[in-house]
Amino acid sequence: MMRGVVRYLRRNPSLALGTVLLAALALFVVIGGMLVDIEDARPLSAPTLRAPSWEYPFGTDRQGRDLLAVMIAGTPLTLRIGFIAGFLGVGIGTVLAFIAAYYRGLLDTVIRGIADIGLTVPGLLVLIIIAVSLKGTLTVNQMAIVVASLAWLYPTRTIRAQVLSLRERGYVEVARLSGMSGPAIIFFELMPNLLPYLAATLVNAVSAAILASIGLEVLGLGPIDAPTLGMTLYWVNFNAAMINGWWWWWLAPTVIIVMVFLGLFFLTVGLDEIANPRLRRTA
Amino acid sequence: MQAAYIARRFGVFLLIVWLAASLNFFLPRLSGQDPVRTKLLQQAALGGYVQGGIDEMTKEYERRFGLDKPLWRQYLSYLDGVAHLDFNYSIANYPRRVSELIADALPWTLALLGTTTLLSFAIGSFLGALLAWPGAPRWMRWLMPPLWALHAIPFFLLGLILTYLLAFQIPLLPIFGGYSAGAFPALSWRFATDVLQHALLPALSIILVATGGWALGMRGMMVTTMGEDYVTFAEAKGLKAPTVFLRYCLRNAILPQVTALALALGQILSGAVLVEVIFGYPGIGTLLFQAIRENDHFVIQGVVFTVIVALGFTTFVLDVIYPWLDPRISYRRA
Repeated sequence: MMRGVVRYLRRNPSLALGTVLLAALALFVVIGGMLVDIEDARPLSAPTLRAPSWEYPFGTDRQGRDLLAVMIAGTPLTLRIGFIAGFLGVGIGTVLAFIAAYYRGLLDTVIRGIADIGLTVPGLLVLIIIAVSLKGTLTVNQMAIVVASLAWLYPTRTIRAQVLSLRERGYVEVARLSGMSGPAIIFFELMPNLLPYLAATLVNAVSAAILASIGLEVLGLGPIDAPTLGMTLYWVNFNAAMINGWWWWWLAPTVIIVMVFLGLFFLTVGLDEIANPRLRRTA
Repeated sequence: MQAAYIARRFGVFLLIVWLAASLNFFLPRLSGQDPVRTKLLQQAALGGYVQGGIDEMTKEYERRFGLDKPLWRQYLSYLDGVAHLDFNYSIANYPRRVSELIADALPWTLALLGTTTLLSFAIGSFLGALLAWPGAPRWMRWLMPPLWALHAIPFFLLGLILTYLLAFQIPLLPIFGGYSAGAFPALSWRFATDVLQHALLPALSIILVATGGWALGMRGMMVTTMGEDYVTFAEAKGLKAPTVFLRYCLRNAILPQVTALALALGQILSGAVLVEVIFGYPGIGTLLFQAIRENDHFVIQGVVFTVIVALGFTTFVLDVIYPWLDPRISYRRA
C-alpha cells in the first residue's frame, strides 16, 4: 500500500510537492503548538521590535507579539477561513451546478447567468462592500462566511460544464432508460465520476478564499484581534515596517503565505492530473 | 445578427451597472446601520463637544440627505445620482465630492493596470507559445519552474519582497508613493521620469506574477493546437517553421487566452488594489484603503461602483471584438 502511494507520487510530482509543502506547515503548527505558548501571540507579551534571536527565533513586533507564536496561532486561523469558505463555496456550487446542468431549462439560464456575471465583477471589491456594511469588526468565522458569499461562483461555472459533458455519456443514458430517478442518477452515476474533479475544485476554492481573506485583512477589514497571517501583514503595513527596516516582521508571514499558496497550487495541479488523465500529454 | 448581438451584450453591461448600484444601495441598509448618527457620535467623541442635540442633528442631516423619505424614493434618487456619476460628498474630505476624488485617482490606476496587463498578456502568451514549441532554445525549459512558482503568489507579496530587495537593500528605486514628496505634478520631463520610477516596482510585481499565469495557459493551449491535423498538414506541405508557429499554432491558441483575459480582469484588479496599498501608489486602491480607514462610506461605494462599471465596460468591449478576432464565431448565438 505505502509502496504503491510512493510509486504514484513519483509519477505525479506536483501532488507530492504540494503534499510535502502543506505537511511541513502542519508539522510546524503542531510541533510549534507544543513547544511555544500561543498566548505570546497577544500584544505586550514580549519586548518590542527584537530581531530574530535564540529566545525569539522569528523576532517580535512593535506591539510586543512573539512572531513565532503569532505564526503558530495564525496559520491555522488563516487556513480555517480558507477551508470553511472553500467548503461552503464548492458545496453550494456543486448543488447549483447539478441543478442547472441536469435539469437545464430556465433555472439553468438563471444560474449560469448569475455565475457568469458575478465572475466578471472584481470579487474583492464586493467583499469590501459586504464587510463594510456589517456592524463592528468581524470574527474569524464571520470572515469565512463573508468570503464564502462569492466563493461559489467559480465552482458553479466549472462543475456545471463538467456535468454537461458527463450527462451525455452512455452510462447515464442507460441509467435513465432503466428508470433511475434524477437524484439517483446524480448521486450514483455522476457524483462518483466527478469526485477527483470536485477535489481539485475544492483545493482551488480554498486557495482563492485565503487570497480573498488576506486581501480584506490587509485593507483593514479583518478580525482586528486575531493573529491571522493577513492581519500580521496589515500591522506590517500599518507600522511601515518596510521603510523602517524591520524585515523579520514581514518575512515570516510572507514565507508561510507563499508556502500555503504554492502547496495548494501544486496540489490542484496534481489532483487535476488524477481527474483528467488527458492532461498527461501536456506535461 | 451583429446589432442584436451587441445589443444583448450591452444589455448585460447595463444589468451589471444596475446590480452594482443596487448592491451599494441596499447592503448597508440591510445591516441597519445609521451612517449619519454614527458619524456624528464619532465626531462628538473626537471633538469632545456637547453631546446633547445629537438626535435633532441626526434628523436634520437625514432630511438634508433625503434619508427621511420612503425607501423607494431614496432608491430612485440614488439611481438618478449614480447615472450622473454623482456619489455625494466625501465625509472625510468634506467639501470635495466623491466623483472628484475618483477622477483624481483613476488615471493612475488605469495607466498602471492597462500597461501591466497588456505587457504581461503579450509577453506571457508569446513565452508560453515558445515553451510548447519543440524548436525553442533548450534553456527556455528552465523558465518553467520559476514561472509556476511566481504565478501562485499574490501580486502584493511579490511587491513586498521586491521592495525589500530593490528599494531597501539596494536603493535603486523609490519605496513609496506615485511621485517624490515635494515634486509638483506638471507636464515636464523630470516629473514624468519621477512618476515612471515610482511606478516601476508596483508594475514589476504585477507583471512578473501575471506573465507566469498567461504563459502557463498559453502553453497548455499550444500543446492542444499543435496536435491538430491542420498543423501536421501545414508541416507536411513544407511550410517554414516560423509560418507554422505564428499563423497556424499561435493564431489559434491565442483565442481562448482572450476569453481568459476577459474573465481574469476582475481578479487582476482585486490584486492591483492591494499592490497600490502596499506601495502607497495614488490610485483607486489607495483611495479605497484610506476611505476604509476613515469609514468614508460614500467614497467606498463610489469607488466600488466605478470600478465594477469600468470593468463591465471593458468586458463588453472584449465581447464585441471577440468575433472579429475569431472568424469562426459569428455574431449569431452560438
